[in-house]
Amino acid sequence: MFAYIVRRVLQMIPTLFGVMLLVFVLFNVFGGDPSLVLAGKHLTAESLANIRAQLGLDKSQSAQFLIFVKQVLTLDFGTSWSTQQPVSDIIGSRIGPSLLLTGSMLVVDLLIAIPLAATVAYFRRGLTDRIVTICCTIAMSVSALVYIIAGQYWLAYKFGWFPVSGWSASAWHNLWYYVPLPMLMGLMVSLGPDIRFYRSFFIEELGNDYVRTARAKGLSERVVMLKHVLRNALIPVVTTVMMSLPYLLIGALVLETFFSIPGMGNAVVLAVNNSDFPIIKAITVYIALATMVFNLLADLIYKLIDPRVQLT
Amino acid sequence: MNQQVQQDTLLSIRNLNVRFKQEDAEPFHALKSINLDIPKNATVALVGESGSGKSVTSMAIMQLLPQMQTLIDPASQILFEGRNLLDVHGAELRRLRGKDIAMIFQEPMSSLNPVFTVGDQIVETLMLHAKLSRSAAAKRALELLIEVGLPDPEKKIKAYPHELSGGQQQRVMIAIAIACEPKLLIADEPTTALDVTIQKQILELIAKLQAKRGMSVLFITHDLGLVGEFADKVVVMRHGEIREAGDVQQIFENPQNAYTKALLACRPQLEQRPLRLPVIDDFMKPGGFVSAGERQRGYQADDEIVLDVQGLAKSFDIRQGLFGKKQFHAVKDVSFKLARGKTLGIVGESGSGKTTVGLTLVRLHQATGGKALFEGKDLLAMSPKEFHAYKRRIQIIFQNPYASLNPRFTVEQILAEPMMLHGIGNNAAERQKMAQELLDRVGLPARSLVKYPHEFSGGQRQRIAIARCLTMKPEVLICDESVSALDVSVQAQVLNLLQDLQDEFKLSYLFISHDLAVVKHISDQVLVMNKGEVVEQGDSDAIYRQPKESYTRRLLDSIPQGWTGGTPALA
Repeated sequence: MFAYIVRRVLQMIPTLFGVMLLVFVLFNVFGGDPSLVLAGKHLTAESLANIRAQLGLDKSQSAQFLIFVKQVLTLDFGTSWSTQQPVSDIIGSRIGPSLLLTGSMLVVDLLIAIPLAATVAYFRRGLTDRIVTICCTIAMSVSALVYIIAGQYWLAYKFGWFPVSGWSASAWHNLWYYVPLPMLMGLMVSLGPDIRFYRSFFIEELGNDYVRTARAKGLSERVVMLKHVLRNALIPVVTTVMMSLPYLLIGALVLETFFSIPGMGNAVVLAVNNSDFPIIKAITVYIALATMVFNLLADLIYKLIDPRVQLT
Repeated sequence: MNQQVQQDTLLSIRNLNVRFKQEDAEPFHALKSINLDIPKNATVALVGESGSGKSVTSMAIMQLLPQMQTLIDPASQILFEGRNLLDVHGAELRRLRGKDIAMIFQEPMSSLNPVFTVGDQIVETLMLHAKLSRSAAAKRALELLIEVGLPDPEKKIKAYPHELSGGQQQRVMIAIAIACEPKLLIADEPTTALDVTIQKQILELIAKLQAKRGMSVLFITHDLGLVGEFADKVVVMRHGEIREAGDVQQIFENPQNAYTKALLACRPQLEQRPLRLPVIDDFMKPGGFVSAGERQRGYQADDEIVLDVQGLAKSFDIRQGLFGKKQFHAVKDVSFKLARGKTLGIVGESGSGKTTVGLTLVRLHQATGGKALFEGKDLLAMSPKEFHAYKRRIQIIFQNPYASLNPRFTVEQILAEPMMLHGIGNNAAERQKMAQELLDRVGLPARSLVKYPHEFSGGQRQRIAIARCLTMKPEVLICDESVSALDVSVQAQVLNLLQDLQDEFKLSYLFISHDLAVVKHISDQVLVMNKGEVVEQGDSDAIYRQPKESYTRRLLDSIPQGWTGGTPALA
């Protein structure tokens, strides 16, 4: 186990280096000149040179890359080119709201989708299954924008059940006051495919021989489902969830925009528009790191819930 | 047990009619007015081919048939100690299942839940029915594992199913089944997926437990030859009907029904080698089966050697520790010669390396040592480009006819693809004509061309797989357990087909199997393998008559003896 973790961590080094190289090349070749954007309308050769010197763009490509490497090693990406704020401050303040929304959305999604998927799988081809399938298909087919506009108009503005949009400084207040409506809108879109997806895992497990054995032992259907089938069906669920975790960090752009949530989604779009290299670098490296760490974690959790898995 | 059958009846099935709903057709009549009695303290064997309804019968007793699709005639009765099981539902039914009636299945690996330890799975049953505490159940589980002869039970009780061998898994299934002292044990093909030596051990175990505990056993199998040694009564089923039922002695010594006679005859025997194996149809037609005489086998001095394998070796790397590697030797120094128009049989248990030999010869595995000379050229040393020309000439047929045909291809596409790849036939029409001829040759109608693999039975699919190999007009055919997944009756048909093709096209076979009787029937030479090494090699008659090595003798002793004339070989 220990040897396995060490080996995997060592494998991350070349992977991360590859990511850095790719980001650097993409930005320097295709990214356009940020000094032109920053200089704005008062463009003189002198101010341009000044900005370039300030940003370190006058240095050679290899020197710039070395600085990038140093930044990754110290996890200090300097200051934003457009706002002059430290990158760590920007990400630090933006990541909380994003995680609060996407994280709570994931938890509620799992709590609804897994039991519902298990139920419809058990009664497959029955009336319940058909009704849920139809509802899922309809819910999936409608655009998120329709939900958001309808939700903000009816649920918030007309009925006054939720605030239309907004955000406060207190995480608790946000969670029970500002998060529910955007979360509901997000769930309308995500639940449909998730229920259909998880349903297939349960149906596959229900067809296995060990289910017949469990019934032949005299176990009740409840125990067969909740003990024998659930544990096996959760194995692929864990895989898909772990794969999606790194993306929680980027936030939900559409929801954040419509509900005025100061999250990462907005910050990413802004940074790309402004060619704000330090922020893009930081986010890309953090996402890459998170993906690698969560993948490793997923494999370790795998080993925990599925004894057949061998870590090699 | 054979003589002293008690008259008391434990379970009797009366007039059981089961139908399965179908999408757009009349319900399929799976069981047609079945009547069957299981006496107390006795073993009843229920024998029939796939689709005969034997498993449906056992599932009906346990009420394990899918409720939505199953129609059971209201007049049907399954009386267990006087109570009609078909009227028992809910909690009452669950009290019977696993306690009074227990069941073991064909695939022990998939029948156990992969994510719980074997101990937990036994404890679960004990806590449910015997109302034991967890610690008392754990103690009892250990006793049960000792009783079913699981090696190293203190350690294995904490093992997960995948950490055990097939035979050990089936022992665990038996331990679960007997945990609550059932009155009836239903064993549904419990040894079909196991090696012949393990099969013998499991049969001995079931017979021993039956006698010791005085329970009744309903033993379901497709292989009539298997049950002679331990069954008291035999019931033969076909197409959802009972063809014949009687005491084991009567069934084996004086079978009345033509179908029973056919089942007894179609299994290859060690003592004789008929020119053609009898098949069911021979017995069902008027006039019955007429033997066509015996076939002599063995290599001759003037045989032309097609394939000369010298010192073949294959090892796999296994990771160990931080950066370490360990080598696992799957095949060590295997040498043999295959003659034109002859068959070399390779026998051995699971893990003996016999399949690896086949796979390295067609380069699906990269050999780590040795040579395979084909017309004097080493197949293993060729570049992939050079080897391409030889691919056509050495073909392989796999064990599982269900998994080895692409389900999205029609039979025509399956047959035409290799022809296109190797430039056989000038155009589509010509290839279709060749495909048609080949189908005819393997005994399938021409209209099969437009069908998909799932529309065929296992035996028919294996014929398609053989036809696919024949499209390339190979000279060497490697048959890797090609008939092992088939019913004995279908197996006889496929073996006859292979023999006919060998006679006609002078094909050379490398016939890999764990079934010694089948290998004896079809092989001129036999190579016995164990743990990657050759144990013994020679003319097949000589090896079977006088095995030199103890390992070979042990394999031969494990072959089911059939009816031994009333002296129980087991129990």
